[in-house]
Amino acid sequence: MIAEWGHIAQILALICACLLAVIPMVGSYRGYINWMQLARPLAQLQFLFVAIAFAALCYAFIQDDFTISYVAQNSNSKLPWYYKLSAVWGAHEGSLLLWILMLSGWQAAVSVFSRALPLVAIARVLAVMGLISIGFLTFIQFTSNPFETLLPFYPVDGRDLNPLLQDVGLIMHPPMLYMGYVGFAVAFAFAIAALLSGQLDAAWARWSRPWTLAAWISLTVGIALGSWWAYYELGWGGWWFWDPVENASFMPWLAGTALIHSLAVCEKRGVFKLWTVLLALSAFSLSLLGTFLVRSGVLVSVHAFASDPSRGLFILAFLFLVIGGSLGLFAWKGAAIKSRGQYEVVSRETLLLGNNLLLVTATLVVLVGTIWPLIHKEIGWGTISVGPPFFNLLFSILVVPFVFLLGLGPLARWRRQSMAKWRQRILFALGLSISSGIVLNAVFGDVQEFHAALGVVLGIWVVICTLQELLSHQHGNQTLWQALSKLSRSHWGMVLGHLGFAMSVVGIALTSTYTTERDVRMQPGDTQPLAGYVVKFEQVGPMQGPNYRGTAGEFSVWDGDKQIAQLHAEKRQYLASGSMMTEAAIDAGFFRDLFIALGEPLGGDAWAVRLHYKPFVRWIWLGALVMSFGGGLAIFDRRYRVARRRQSSPAQAVQTTEGEAG
Amino acid sequence: MNPRRKKRLATTLAILIGLGVAVGFVLFSMTQNIDLFYTPSEIVNGKNETGVKPQVGQRLRIGGMVVPGSVERDEQSLQVSFGLIDTGPVVTIVYEGILPDLFREGQGIVANGVLRDATTIEAFEVLAKHDEEYMPPDVAEAVGKVHPNGVGGDKQNQGSGY
Repeated sequence: MIAEWGHIAQILALICACLLAVIPMVGSYRGYINWMQLARPLAQLQFLFVAIAFAALCYAFIQDDFTISYVAQNSNSKLPWYYKLSAVWGAHEGSLLLWILMLSGWQAAVSVFSRALPLVAIARVLAVMGLISIGFLTFIQFTSNPFETLLPFYPVDGRDLNPLLQDVGLIMHPPMLYMGYVGFAVAFAFAIAALLSGQLDAAWARWSRPWTLAAWISLTVGIALGSWWAYYELGWGGWWFWDPVENASFMPWLAGTALIHSLAVCEKRGVFKLWTVLLALSAFSLSLLGTFLVRSGVLVSVHAFASDPSRGLFILAFLFLVIGGSLGLFAWKGAAIKSRGQYEVVSRETLLLGNNLLLVTATLVVLVGTIWPLIHKEIGWGTISVGPPFFNLLFSILVVPFVFLLGLGPLARWRRQSMAKWRQRILFALGLSISSGIVLNAVFGDVQEFHAALGVVLGIWVVICTLQELLSHQHGNQTLWQALSKLSRSHWGMVLGHLGFAMSVVGIALTSTYTTERDVRMQPGDTQPLAGYVVKFEQVGPMQGPNYRGTAGEFSVWDGDKQIAQLHAEKRQYLASGSMMTEAAIDAGFFRDLFIALGEPLGGDAWAVRLHYKPFVRWIWLGALVMSFGGGLAIFDRRYRVARRRQSSPAQAVQTTEGEAG
Repeated sequence: MNPRRKKRLATTLAILIGLGVAVGFVLFSMTQNIDLFYTPSEIVNGKNETGVKPQVGQRLRIGGMVVPGSVERDEQSLQVSFGLIDTGPVVTIVYEGILPDLFREGQGIVANGVLRDATTIEAFEVLAKHDEEYMPPDVAEAVGKVHPNGVGGDKQNQGSGY
């Protein structure tokens, strides 16, 4: 029964989306106020129906309703309840339903938190989101319906959730990621609505900024969670694989990062308008492209996925419609939009332009590296793979000018920066960061690695520039504290965003150069050295879990005579599917992780064991969290609430928020 | 030129130079880092499309099925070797390290490595897919056995879904 209820709700949601896409949009052109007023309730109604459908699917999973084919494929009665719940988005159909739930959620949120928006704008924004919803709801309805039943013959028990996905990381990772992906639909809808009306002004930028930031935060957290999950769950100790599916989430992130910066310029200075619109269109298009790459099965990926040509074709068609339609609109309406406001070559505008260009280049690098194998194969040159060395090389080149500009940006003034005042600060920061980077690396690093030193220099550069910028707010006889407490939340958001990024860069540089990885053969009683510690294989024995059985290995880690950790690594075999899984044992620390995983049995009690020492690996994810926290502060900046009621011009905005990058 | 034009020119030039440099770098490093994909028969007979055989010392990617009964392990180290086959001759993969959890005899795998001699590849990475039923499209194509549908008999394949 529950399947039918869910299915009906899903169809009703589709009807709502159709109405939402048409009525307010037509109303906005004909000037029918009551038609436009329907946008908000329709958006909320659509959310309600999708939520009912989603709840129905969750209920079916909790109740082990194996008459539903999707449940039978992805759940099992022995699964703990929280994994049953996360199994809802553990495979294709359910994760699409989650996707559409997120989209409807954003839609409903826009309809609630945009009271100050003109009716025409909100009608068009919601109508565009309705159009996107139609695309995904028809997709789900006709190619991937999660409510398809197996009646009258259904299995007694389910096939179980893919064991890799039976993990806390998976409970959180896809929802965050999807929230980010889909969140860019809001920025997209705002951009389309602005293009339709021809009004791309500071007010438009100010409305879309909090939404774009919210999407960006979710995506940042989602990617970080995914990386952390891959690190401890895949059992190889790697945290990023340049896998097509990872790249698919990384591209919108890069474009989104460029977008939040160019929106800032757009709001404060009234320039880069077309560029910003183009970025808003691209960020969402890249999210869709990512979906296409992941869902269609055209690319080889470590993330196994359902491949069905009809699905791929549908998304491809949808992709062409969205990208083609939006670019067409951009070409048609964009020419009429003029950027006013001037700036000199040495100014914050130019630096932000540089930041944008580097981010777009990075996006293109990922895009090319991801789809090149596809093109190569289609034109008959044979199958190839573009591996991590390609991406690593290009990113280690791109990050240097990027971080350099990142440090300079906040130090520069809008419009014009006099070189004379600037030079001293730059030289000071450069000298201090380079010398301290080299000294730190020489003192603490065992081997001298150029990349590690470079990473530390970049990190310190950002910290020094940020400190200089903060100190520059102290004028006259204010105390530093008084000066700092006057800074707005979005200013602190910028500071944290930049520091978080620096933290991730340092983490990436140090982890990739100073990691020690040893694959060794060990028997109980054996000891192995690992980066100054001694790892002892204590014992190994069978174990039993709720839906798996396996082998557990106990390890102790010694620093001289002192035991510093007791680690428990497992090798599991899941009963329903028979798949093998590695549960790595990790001793986590702020400055280093010790990672031990059981490889394969080698006969007798001997095992192949993976021993990793990973310095600063946590910094990668902590940096991402700090960045997202900064984004959160910026969303809650006071001016978004005050300014919404007071229609201020760009010129006023500059006066009131002078010196901010937000 | 008036300052406005001058500024525009500077911006445009900066963008063009930036793009040019970026494209150059991308293409250059791409050619350095591309691994061609071969099947075991292609290693021996040359690529299907071009007939070109890989050279000894070349980096490549290979995909095929692990020949049942061919996995040999060294007693003292983590050295392992196994045969890989698609529809024709068998090639040998030598690997030192830990094989992935889903590595099985008779299953499809993909390996990255260097060609040591005409039929031996020294792999530095062996990949098996997350999913038991899943076969990399490359391998499925090479083996000529495409799984159009999942084993459930309905139109859904099992997959991790993202």
